[in-house]
Amino acid sequence: MKRIYAREEWCLGCHLCEYNCAFANSGLDTMTKLKGIKINPRIQVEENDGIFYAVSCRHCEEPLCVKGCITGALSIKDGVIHINKEKCVGCFTCILSCPYGCIMPAETGVIQKCELCQTNSKGSPACVSGCPNRAIVFEEG
Amino acid sequence: MGINYVYPDYEVIRNIDRCIACRVCERQCANEVHHYDKELGKMTADESKCVNCHRCVSLCPTRALKIVKTDHTFKPNANWTGETINEVYRQAGTGGVLLSSMGNPKNYPIYWDKILINASQVTNPPIDPLREPMETRTFLGKKPLDIKRNADGCFDTNLPPQLELSVPIMFSAMSLGSISYNAHKSLAVAAEKLGIFYNTGEGGLHEDFYQYGKNTIVQIASGRFGVHKGYLNTGAAFEIKMGQGAKPGIGGHLPGTKIVGDISRTRMIPEGADAISPAPHHDIYSIEDLRQLVFSLKEATDYKKPVIVKIAAVHNVAAIASGIARSGADIISIDGYRGGTGAAPTRIRDSVGIPIELALASVDERLRQEGIRGNVSIVVGGSIRNSADIVKAIALGADAVYIGTSALLALGCHLCRSCHDGKCNWGIATQRPDLVKRLNPEIGAERLVNLVHAWEHEIKEMLGGMGINSIEALKGNRLMLRGIGLNQKELEILGIKHAGE
Repeated sequence: MKRIYAREEWCLGCHLCEYNCAFANSGLDTMTKLKGIKINPRIQVEENDGIFYAVSCRHCEEPLCVKGCITGALSIKDGVIHINKEKCVGCFTCILSCPYGCIMPAETGVIQKCELCQTNSKGSPACVSGCPNRAIVFEEG
Repeated sequence: MGINYVYPDYEVIRNIDRCIACRVCERQCANEVHHYDKELGKMTADESKCVNCHRCVSLCPTRALKIVKTDHTFKPNANWTGETINEVYRQAGTGGVLLSSMGNPKNYPIYWDKILINASQVTNPPIDPLREPMETRTFLGKKPLDIKRNADGCFDTNLPPQLELSVPIMFSAMSLGSISYNAHKSLAVAAEKLGIFYNTGEGGLHEDFYQYGKNTIVQIASGRFGVHKGYLNTGAAFEIKMGQGAKPGIGGHLPGTKIVGDISRTRMIPEGADAISPAPHHDIYSIEDLRQLVFSLKEATDYKKPVIVKIAAVHNVAAIASGIARSGADIISIDGYRGGTGAAPTRIRDSVGIPIELALASVDERLRQEGIRGNVSIVVGGSIRNSADIVKAIALGADAVYIGTSALLALGCHLCRSCHDGKCNWGIATQRPDLVKRLNPEIGAERLVNLVHAWEHEIKEMLGGMGINSIEALKGNRLMLRGIGLNQKELEILGIKHAGE
């Protein structure tokens, strides 16, 4: 299946992916409306000592988050791990178990994670289409 | 401040309603123009550092930025313009030579824009390139003057070495050092995909790029940086660089700060040492001397590769070209005064040399008159901006063109003309690793391939319109051109009629 891959070699650490992610999942009609909002993106640029790369859900084949979910809120559909916010009780077991730190609390009290922009209006990953240097790609692994 | 103060040329206009303070502009500006002020909770800009490269503008996700030329003014004066006055201030303050980058930006005539192309009507039908074959392939090199037969009566098909181009376009010489590793790689990959050639410039050939050798022209300049047997044997052709359009008559100087790591190894000089290319080749003071170098290169490579001699377009270009055509060289490349550079003294760049259109027309005419046009192919560069310029150049007598600035634009260059600062925000004219990585050669090569394909389509359309189905049939076909707004002398030099004639 197609997954998001980060290419450290080309990542500039510009953080545009974080803003594109936050906008894609905000439901807002223009990015300008993010003004004054502290964004909480599902993708995050790790950086240290001049090295950058963007980390988002790996959509693991044997995901620890799904195994650990106590309510069945996390499920795999066609390889993509989705979150059902109706079922989530916010126990944060998934956050503790994700080895990549790619699940985080959402403003709504439950958790959020990358769903490859399949559940928002973008349809395909906004971080990938907005990356200026092809440092994030969406391709068959 | 005080007497040395020069008001910044550009102003950064930020639409505060749109700015979301994502700080992309701050992270992307190597000139450190943008800054997030924590106390104010908003972005600020120091426009005195802005070079107007548009990196921030291009990456701003909310289109909150634009750069405008300042309207701060001296008392208007057609003779003493603000630019002229500021240059005097700068020189009075520093005592230094003014440096500039890229091509001559002054308001001289652009002859390409005063030449119009013909089209067929009624009596000689145009050709539709989408329906009928159209040949853009061309060969560069010495052409035999007559047909010879072998003892068995068959044609002698042994030609002097030729370069085969799928389209009459090559990427100009830009050295590794003046441009980045990723820029070089983009050019190399694109040249291979397109079936054309790129040129190493005078900085040698990085070991990673030997694999693109069959699409590489290796340059031998006055500094002889990076020239060795392996280098010569790897390239498809050699170019002896006698001059450069942006700075005819002077050499080059790549500062020691740029001679780091790979650049130092490729140039075969110590790290931190300035790379100084002398103004002349110290072993070439005559056509006879040039001939010796041409033949030493041929001898070293079994006469299998063509030799190009590159000169800047200067006043006596036709006579010089005539000498070169007799020196044994296979191809003459002429660089017009609008040709680009990574750094040149401003006065030289803006005041020395002549337009490529006039140089090309007079060289082609002179070589024809002397019956030696077949001795050499002619390649021209120095501001070929689009496919129409190429069609006009070929009709004026060129065999192919070199594109440098256009290629850099395809790679992201925004012509801020600050290459000499070494802080290119687009990852082209810089050696800073964090900036070099901004140019992903995958994207760069794709964009170069797109550009040349687009131009190829347009060239075919224009050829078809003229009722011509091959580049070869357009070469030197000046009847396909007419001048507009040119005086008698200009028309005479260009060898074309005025529109309406």
